[in-house]
Amino acid sequence: MKQFKILEKKDFPQFIKRLSKKHKVVAPVSRGNKSYAFTQVDSSDQIAMKYIPTILPPKKYFMPQRETLAQYNKSKKTFQTVLEFEELVIFGVHTCDLAGIQCLNIVFSDTPKDINYIARKNRILIIGLECNDYCDEYASCKVMDSHHPNGGYDLFFTELKESFIVHVNTLEGEGIIELTGLFKEATSNHLKEREGVIAAKKKIFKDEVDVHYKDLKPMFDKSAGSKVWEDLEKRCLSCGNCTNVCPTCYCFDIIDEINLDLDTGYRIRQWDSCQNEDFAKVAGGESFREERGQRQRHRYMRKFSYPVERYARHFCTGCGRCSRTCMAKINLKETINALAKENR
Amino acid sequence: MKRVDLKESEYIVKPATIIKAKPMTALEKFFEIELDSGASLDHEPGQFVMVSIPGAGDAPISVSSSPTKRSSFDLVVRNAGKLTGVMHRLNAGDKIDIRGPFGRGFPIRILEGNDLLFVAGGLGIVPLRSLINFVIDNRRDFGRVNILLGCKTPSDMLFGDEVEQWGQRLDVNFNCTVDKSDPDWKGNVGLITSLIPGVNLDAEKTFGVVVGPPVMYKFVIKELLNKDIPARQILVSLERHMKCGVGKCGHCQIGNYYCCQDGPVFTYEEIKDNIEAL
Repeated sequence: MKQFKILEKKDFPQFIKRLSKKHKVVAPVSRGNKSYAFTQVDSSDQIAMKYIPTILPPKKYFMPQRETLAQYNKSKKTFQTVLEFEELVIFGVHTCDLAGIQCLNIVFSDTPKDINYIARKNRILIIGLECNDYCDEYASCKVMDSHHPNGGYDLFFTELKESFIVHVNTLEGEGIIELTGLFKEATSNHLKEREGVIAAKKKIFKDEVDVHYKDLKPMFDKSAGSKVWEDLEKRCLSCGNCTNVCPTCYCFDIIDEINLDLDTGYRIRQWDSCQNEDFAKVAGGESFREERGQRQRHRYMRKFSYPVERYARHFCTGCGRCSRTCMAKINLKETINALAKENR
Repeated sequence: MKRVDLKESEYIVKPATIIKAKPMTALEKFFEIELDSGASLDHEPGQFVMVSIPGAGDAPISVSSSPTKRSSFDLVVRNAGKLTGVMHRLNAGDKIDIRGPFGRGFPIRILEGNDLLFVAGGLGIVPLRSLINFVIDNRRDFGRVNILLGCKTPSDMLFGDEVEQWGQRLDVNFNCTVDKSDPDWKGNVGLITSLIPGVNLDAEKTFGVVVGPPVMYKFVIKELLNKDIPARQILVSLERHMKCGVGKCGHCQIGNYYCCQDGPVFTYEEIKDNIEAL
């Protein structure tokens, strides 16, 4: 009970104001055309409280699109590894994206640990925001069990009629409660209202595909020679949009950049995509996933099979971004249903 | 965005010096390297390092020497990309940086006491040499040793002097073949698979260790299975282009395996059902 606090809706502007005075706060902001992006805010007016998943997931703060790993000076013979970070509060993270951050945490905390990621993650506070209804038809968060929170936040906001009920999950979250000084204790009526929201969600959120959660991996494991991949082979343009917007795609390239003095420069890592033709190419000339269909199959296997074996977790959060962004209209729900149909 | 120095990172490099460099073929160059710290690389046969040159980047290169040689280690580099192109211009005395060693090498403790059949095709001799020389340096610990070597033409043969010695040793059965002969060649001509049926071996206690280009694996493995060597006793080393070496970047993924961490050495048993391995 004491883990739940209440923020009256009328106090919300003051909450963002006080929070952004002390911290850099980022939140979903409308970019027009039904597009949203996590952007720095200092006022609640800027925040889109009802939004469909942002163009890029909060991954961009944990694993920046471009990051310096080391800086070197050839004449001085120095090569210094570095960490780039930013202290940050992310407000309004939906449960699908909380799940996405949890997936990245697992990968980069697995040995050998990625110190850059871990050090950056530890400086970011996360305030989640419950979805009381579906964002749009692309989402499949129920079947992936990420339509409700499974941890992964410091504070979690659920919208009630007059207020937000806020779950305090960490000491750092409690720090925000104290810093802003706007929260009251939740009463039993508030808790009852919250239970009502959760009960209503149970009626709204239903499995979005024709396969049950636990049957997804076995289905994908049998799919190697499926006609579905042949179909994607014909449609996919290898643009890599699906992997860029995916909250759990973390493949990267490491390249050196040299300054105009031809002496100093940086070793950087940047997002890469398994959909690119030369992604799995080796010195001998062989490319181990030469066909687009093979690369699409690989993308799906990296969501629904391989990580389940390695980490006992699906790396799809059902956010729907890959389907929303695909120029060729490759749709995750349709792919799953097509595989399911083949299996019957 | 703040930037601070990081004392602990998977991307820290070890400064090293090239102590010997010589071209081997038109495309391959040999390097002997010492870590500037004076420490041994302390690798296992079959592991690889990331060679780094600031400005040129880094690339995965197999260690070609046996860990029984402690003070330095050998690399053979094919001129195939940015980093390797820069490397080909380096000579004794030049500096490079090293990360690693990385990956799972050959399971030497499991191989001890067993017979070994080495099959190397083309550049496969480069990583396999680390194990062959380890076995020769610890010859007493192993059973019968067969080495089969294949390359495209006689001029593509790497480590010719060493290979000749293997041929002369009494404690090693050696045979080699070229796909295409030249006027001076007096040995076998034909694919490496043609050498396997003639090898006299005890399948139950023989480990087949195969390293070569992807196309070679399918045919050689088939021959070894025909000889009744069990799948778990057939070892391969798979080539992928690792970018990080620490199981994150995704480039070297083979199905559920990260070649840089789970490999590059696998048993055939581990990969035979993997659709992306061979």
